[in-house]
Amino acid sequence: MHMKKMLGVMAVTGLMAFAGSASAQEKIKIGVSYPTPTHAWAAGMNWHAEQAEQRLEALYPDVDLILVNSPDPEAQASALEDLVSVHQIDGLVVLPFESEPLTDPVLNVKNSGAWITVVDRGLSQPGIEDLYVAGNNPELGRVSAQYMKTRLKDGDNIVVLRGIPTVIDNERFDAFMAEIEGSGINVLDHKHANWNRDDGFEVMQDFLSRFPDIDAVWAQDDDIAIGVVAALKQAGRDGDGMFVVGGAGMKEIIKGIMDGDELMPVDVLYPPAMIATAMDLTVSAFKSNGPVAGRYILGATLINKDNAESYYFPESPF
Amino acid sequence: MMTASDNTATSKPRRPTVDLKTLGPAVALLILCIIGFLLNPAFISEGNLTNLLTRSAFIGIIAVGATFVITAGGIDLSVGSMAAAIAGVMIIVMDGAVETLGTGVPTVLLGCGVAVILGIGAGWINGALTTKGKIEAFIVTLGTMGIYRSLVTYFADGGTLSLDFDVRGTYRPVYYDSFLGLPFPVWVFIAVAICGWLLLNRTAFGRYCTAIGSNEAVARYSAINVDRVKTLTYVIQGLCVAFATIIYVPRLGSASASTGVLWELEAIAAVIIGGTVLKGGYGRIGGTILGALILTTIGNILNFTDLISNYLNGTMQGLIIIVAVFLQRSDWKLAGRGKS
Repeated sequence: MHMKKMLGVMAVTGLMAFAGSASAQEKIKIGVSYPTPTHAWAAGMNWHAEQAEQRLEALYPDVDLILVNSPDPEAQASALEDLVSVHQIDGLVVLPFESEPLTDPVLNVKNSGAWITVVDRGLSQPGIEDLYVAGNNPELGRVSAQYMKTRLKDGDNIVVLRGIPTVIDNERFDAFMAEIEGSGINVLDHKHANWNRDDGFEVMQDFLSRFPDIDAVWAQDDDIAIGVVAALKQAGRDGDGMFVVGGAGMKEIIKGIMDGDELMPVDVLYPPAMIATAMDLTVSAFKSNGPVAGRYILGATLINKDNAESYYFPESPF
Repeated sequence: MMTASDNTATSKPRRPTVDLKTLGPAVALLILCIIGFLLNPAFISEGNLTNLLTRSAFIGIIAVGATFVITAGGIDLSVGSMAAAIAGVMIIVMDGAVETLGTGVPTVLLGCGVAVILGIGAGWINGALTTKGKIEAFIVTLGTMGIYRSLVTYFADGGTLSLDFDVRGTYRPVYYDSFLGLPFPVWVFIAVAICGWLLLNRTAFGRYCTAIGSNEAVARYSAINVDRVKTLTYVIQGLCVAFATIIYVPRLGSASASTGVLWELEAIAAVIIGGTVLKGGYGRIGGTILGALILTTIGNILNFTDLISNYLNGTMQGLIIIVAVFLQRSDWKLAGRGKS
C-alpha cells in the first residue's frame, strides 16, 4: 500500500517534471511533406516552401516547420511515419504523391492528433483533412476561354494543346470547351502535348502544316507554350495578332508579360506557391483566433501587364 | 571472322527470294506516307516533309549508334538520359563562358566540344563497365540511365536549364537554317548515316561487330579483340548521342528532367524495325534510318487526323510498329519451309 502510493507519487511528479521540461521549449511542430522536385513546377514549389519556412519561423519563434521531400509514394509514407514518431508533429501540410497509397498514412498522422492540411491533390477518402488548399483546374480552363472570347470573334479558329491524359487535364479541357461553346469560335483540333516543351513544339508544327488559318492557341501550360511559340516563330506565323495562352505562372512567361510580349500577353495562374499558402494557413490554425478549417480554393487569376509584377519571383526556379 | 563470312554465305542464296525482308521498312514507310496523304494532302507539303526529316534526325542519329551496339550483341538504355545530361552540361558551360568568350561562335563551339567529349566519355563508361567490369549491358545502362537522368535534374535544381538568350541567337541557325533546301540537322543525319554505313559494311571493324554479335566466343578465338570492339560500339553510341544533342539544344535552348525521355526505346525500336536483329549478329544502317523515319511519321500522321481518339495514340503506334516488323520478318516466299 505504502509502496504503491510512493510509486504513484513518483509517477505523478515524474510526469509533471516531463510536462514542465516540455513546456519550457514547447514548439509548435509542423511537418511539410511533398514530392521531390523532378520538374520545374515542383522545383518552384520547393523554393516557395523554403521561403515560407524562413518567413514563418522568423515571424513566430515558437513555430518549427520541418520540410521533407520524397522521391516516391512509399518514401513519402515512411516520411510521414517519421514526422509522427521522431518529430511528434502537431500539424501536417502534405501534397500527396498519389491519392490512393497515401490516404492511410495521412489517416495515421491524423489519428496521432495532428492537424492535417492537404494541398492540391485530394485524398481518396473525404473527411480526413482539416483543411484543403488547391488550385482550381476547371477555373483555369474557364478563365482561359473567357480571355479567348475577349480577343476573338465569331468564326475565328483556335487549336488546343492538352497535357498528359489525366483528371487534371480533363477538368481544364472540359471547362474550357464548355465556356467556348456558343461563342462561334472554332476549336480545330486538340492533341496531347504532355506538359512538355518538345511535344508542344512538334504538335504545334503539325497543327501549322495542317491548318492554314489559326488565330490563337490555347497551350494550357507554360512549358507547352514555350514549344508552341518556337514553332510559330519557325513557321513565321507569329504575327497578325496571333496569341498563345499558357498556364501556371512560369517566371519567364511572367517576365514576358511585364515586358509587353504580344505573342503571350497573358497567363493563367496555377501557382506552385500554393504550398506557401497552405503553410501560412496551417500556422494560422495554431495562432489565429479565427477558424481555419475548411476548403481554400485559389482563384485561377488572369495575369496581365497590370498585375504581373506581383506574381514575378525571379529567384524561383519556376 | 569465320562467323561473319558464314553469315553472309548462308544469307546469299536466300537474297533473291526475300526481297521484302530488306524492302519491308521502305514499303511500310511508303504505305504510311500514302495513308498520311489520303488523310490530309497537306501531309506532303514541303513544310511538313522538312519538319518530319528534321524531327527524325535526333532519334535517327542516336539509332545509327544503337545499330552498332545491338549488332555487336549489346544494348544501351542510357541514351535518352545521356542526351539530357549532355544538353544540361552544354548549357551550363555555354552560359558560364559568356563572360570570357562572349556570345558568339567560340562559345557555341566550346559547348559542342564539351558535348563530344562527354558523349565519348559516357559511352566509354558504359563500354568499360560492360566489358572490363563484366556486367550485363542491360544492367550497366539501366544504371547509367538513372544516373544521367538524375544528374540533369540535379544540375537544373529540379527545374529547367535555359541557354543565354544571345548565345541562343548565335546557335539557333544550327537547328532552324537550311542548306540547299534541307535543314542542317538533316545534313548531320545524312553525314552520320553515311559514315555509319561505311563503318559497318566496308571496314574490318564493322565485320568484327557482326562477328561478335553472332558468336562472341568464336570471335574471341578468331583473335578479335572483343572487349575493345564492344567498348568502341558504346563510344560510337555516345558520340552519336553527342551529335544529336548538338542539334537538339538550339531548338528550344533548354534542358530539363523531361528532355529525351524514352528516346532509348525509340532508338532501339527504330533499329529493330529497320531489320537489325535484337540479339545481335546482323545490322542494317539503311533500315535503321527508315525505322527512325517510320516512327516519326506515325506521330506526325496521328497529329494530322482527329479520326482516332487521342487516348489511342499509343495503340496506333504499337500496332504500326508490330505490323512493320511483321512485314519484313515473315519470309513470304519461303512460308511453309522451315527456317534454317
